[in-house]
Amino acid sequence: MKIILYIIQKEFKQIFRNKGMLPIIFVLPLLQLVILSNAATFEVKNIKFGYIDNDHTSTSRTLVEKFNASTYFDVLTDFPSEGLASSSMLNGEVDVVLEIPQYFERDLQKEKYNSLGITINAIDGAAAGVENVYVTQIVQNFNQNLKVDLLQVSDKQIQPITIETIPLFWYNETLNYKTFMVPGILVLLVTMITLFLSGMNIVREKEIGTLEQINVTPIKKSQFIIGKLFPFWVIGIGLLTIGLIIAKLIFDVPMVGSLVLMYFYTSIYILVILGIGLFISNFTDTQQQAMFIAWFFTVIFILMSGLFTPIESMPEWAQILTEFNPIKYFVEVMRMVMLKGSSFIDVLPQIIKTFLFAFIMNGLAVWSYKKTT
Amino acid sequence: MKRFIGFIKKEFYHIFRDRRSLFILFGMPIAQILLFGFAITNEINNVDIAILDHSKDATTKEIINKISASKYFSIKQIVTREADIASVFQKGHVKAVLNFEKDFSKNLIKEHKASVQIITDATDPNTANTISNYINAILLQYQKELNKDITITYQIVSETRMVYNPELKSVYMFVPGVMTIILMLVSAMMTSISITREKELGTMEILLVSPLKPFQVIVGKVFSYIFLSIINAVVIVMLSIFIFKMPVQGSLFLLALESILFIISALALGILISTISATQQTAMMISLMGLMLPVILLSGFIFPISSMPLPLQMISNIIPAKWFIIIIKGIMLKGVGLQFVWKETLILLGMTVLFIALSVKKYKIRLE
Amino acid sequence: MNHNKVIQVEGLTKMFGDFTAVNAITFDIEKGEIFGFLGANGAGKTTAMKMLIGISNPTSGKANVAGFNVFTNAEDIKKNIGYMSQKFALYDDLTVKENITFFGGIYGLSIKRIKEKSEILIQELGLEKVANTLVGSLPLGWKQKLSFSVSLIHDPKIVFLDEPTGGVDPITRRQFWEMIYKAANQGTTVFVTTHYMDEAEYCDRVSIMVNGKIEALDTPKKLKEKFKAANMNDVFLKLARG
Repeated sequence: MKIILYIIQKEFKQIFRNKGMLPIIFVLPLLQLVILSNAATFEVKNIKFGYIDNDHTSTSRTLVEKFNASTYFDVLTDFPSEGLASSSMLNGEVDVVLEIPQYFERDLQKEKYNSLGITINAIDGAAAGVENVYVTQIVQNFNQNLKVDLLQVSDKQIQPITIETIPLFWYNETLNYKTFMVPGILVLLVTMITLFLSGMNIVREKEIGTLEQINVTPIKKSQFIIGKLFPFWVIGIGLLTIGLIIAKLIFDVPMVGSLVLMYFYTSIYILVILGIGLFISNFTDTQQQAMFIAWFFTVIFILMSGLFTPIESMPEWAQILTEFNPIKYFVEVMRMVMLKGSSFIDVLPQIIKTFLFAFIMNGLAVWSYKKTT
Repeated sequence: MKRFIGFIKKEFYHIFRDRRSLFILFGMPIAQILLFGFAITNEINNVDIAILDHSKDATTKEIINKISASKYFSIKQIVTREADIASVFQKGHVKAVLNFEKDFSKNLIKEHKASVQIITDATDPNTANTISNYINAILLQYQKELNKDITITYQIVSETRMVYNPELKSVYMFVPGVMTIILMLVSAMMTSISITREKELGTMEILLVSPLKPFQVIVGKVFSYIFLSIINAVVIVMLSIFIFKMPVQGSLFLLALESILFIISALALGILISTISATQQTAMMISLMGLMLPVILLSGFIFPISSMPLPLQMISNIIPAKWFIIIIKGIMLKGVGLQFVWKETLILLGMTVLFIALSVKKYKIRLE
Repeated sequence: MNHNKVIQVEGLTKMFGDFTAVNAITFDIEKGEIFGFLGANGAGKTTAMKMLIGISNPTSGKANVAGFNVFTNAEDIKKNIGYMSQKFALYDDLTVKENITFFGGIYGLSIKRIKEKSEILIQELGLEKVANTLVGSLPLGWKQKLSFSVSLIHDPKIVFLDEPTGGVDPITRRQFWEMIYKAANQGTTVFVTTHYMDEAEYCDRVSIMVNGKIEALDTPKKLKEKFKAANMNDVFLKLARG
């Protein structure tokens, strides 16, 4: 036990003495939390919208006015011709183009039916889908008003049936995207920092030559590994704490659930990441290699974690793969506990799996650290 | 010149001897493209929902059948009390609960109106919104069927044409982004680490006292990475064409030229990073933490820039990746020529010149 | 087993694939002896030493160090030996005192003992003024002396020194050898590899390794007589050239 304390003390001294790394460990991630949480949004707003009005009547102008009034669309241009509109779309100046046909108003009154042409830049398929929904909503709304405006009293018919739908958005009534992203990005930063630091740590001592000096001492493998892990574990918990404070103070993210449960889970989770880091460290010869491998797995783990895109949308085989992704569980637990107030029992499956990972990864780390070659 | 070629050869030896890094260098783009192509998508599919039916009559049954028949939803659970909804959400699997009011059918016949709540777990607001919209659409469709005998007076329909990506495949969106990230990583990160490594090991001094000019040393160092990046770019484009059937509408030649321009600008950035960092560790952390996240998040790779707050939109302008993504999307998907992307090209060119000028200045100071 | 023999080696061999780095070496070392382990670069000195200090597994043969078998009790050996590598291996980003405390700590010394030891060490080395300076900023000679003292911190029975005086000036080398003699007088066995043939003369006995084999082993005086050489340098040249 005493021996472990000496290693811990030494690691802390080395970390806090490295003036170049300190801001990278503490300031950069938190700065990113603040800035990037604002950037990570799938909300579709400020859609670049243009139109071609071939009708020039009060009806067509009213329709355009509807788009103008919507907060989703930035009405940019009135294109005189289709050619100009499409070259503007090639340019990237406009993403949605509405084309109102000639004799729009006249035909509508005559035939009570008419159609509009909508062209959407669909390179971002998800955004295009949402844009289409917005356009349809506006057109439907316009339809309804038309009925009121143009319907003559004599036209009154049997009342149609309506199913009224009342959407309720629980836990995030205003659909604030930051509420969703802040816990996620916090997970990402805690993971990246602890993984990179622990991944570089032992291989660094290998490169400098001090590891050999340690290996000729009678220290036990487990003592050495625990002593090495602990400081990074503390840093991880520290980052979580500062991150939570920022989440509360700057983003006003609701914290419904138990903080104790969050910390309890995180403390197990960081052990998994540190185990992975040390495992990588044991298997590489240079820091460059270690970082590169760590980076490779982080990117894949992040993409498969449900952080940015929902896991339920993935195909079956990919969903099975995510079962082996510790980041997935951390993201789930943070969001469940923080935003929904899930209890210990609710996240018990995640806790058990994470614990298992921690056990396996640290076992591997101790096993793969060889004092003798 | 002969010396210079010898030097380039040495750099290639360095890279090709490190099998593990090489594996990742080439495995990374392939793994990412495949993941994005096959696994990662925003589309809603097979979402678990629960039902709370206070009526249990023919109409609600029919609506429930319609919903479970759709490929978007599968009904996972039946809830009996409002009070249970919270605990269902807290378990985490069910994303929405449909709450039918009492006497649904009766109300529909008597008052021509009945209501249903769509309660979604909006911790993921994007998914919640989409689920809500999809359920709404199914209900609207059903309502239309019920009303089919009644002629509706005025009706305008919109005919939507999805251009450049008619099937709304997410891989179209991600390929340009992945390509950008990989080129950025290989070029900027590898160069900066490789130069700082020589500084740390002291071999940089040996190179600098050799008859090679400092300029040649740097060019020699980055040459191998240009080569690797080009191979990566080719692999990515091939994968997207042959596996994901992604079209390349514009000129491949222009695509190649623009890619080389971007590679050079990323290399210049890498050199700049190496001039400001003393150790490999610092260079790595700057490249990883300082470059990767902003490049992923602020370049329009995953999240639309136009939805970001104004200050971030402005910051995104100084990220070279943003301009490159616009250029490749234009060439590959829209099929535009240089006349449409000359502005972006010029910006990228300007940035490259700036990075090079800054690193030359920094290096001179260091050497004197 | 002879209790005066602290190292007993018999037919110790290390192979790396087809290459035999150490080829069936045999020797004994007595308590308190200063044993010089000579050889050209690549002769297998460092590999042999790494097997004796328990960080490299031998391929075959027998070896006992401080009464423990290198095959089965490597960790027990480590409690009884000190080691100073040819590469400076203290932490550059820790101070002199911190390095001493750290290594004392992981050898399991009590806090009181560490305190005493570091005071004595710092005083003996004359490092009082730089006790709280980062080791990275000290000149190489000081670092080497500090490194040697740290390898003795737990009073080991044997200390292994791998080219301890590489790259230091003659005065420092001189002081270094005084430290070695002092340790040997106190009963510590010293196992030292070196390139400097004048240093070989200071050893009680010397072995010379060529291509993985020990070609000669005796006191410097007897070796000179046997090879009819004026000094150890000539002995070495005669052997190494074959």
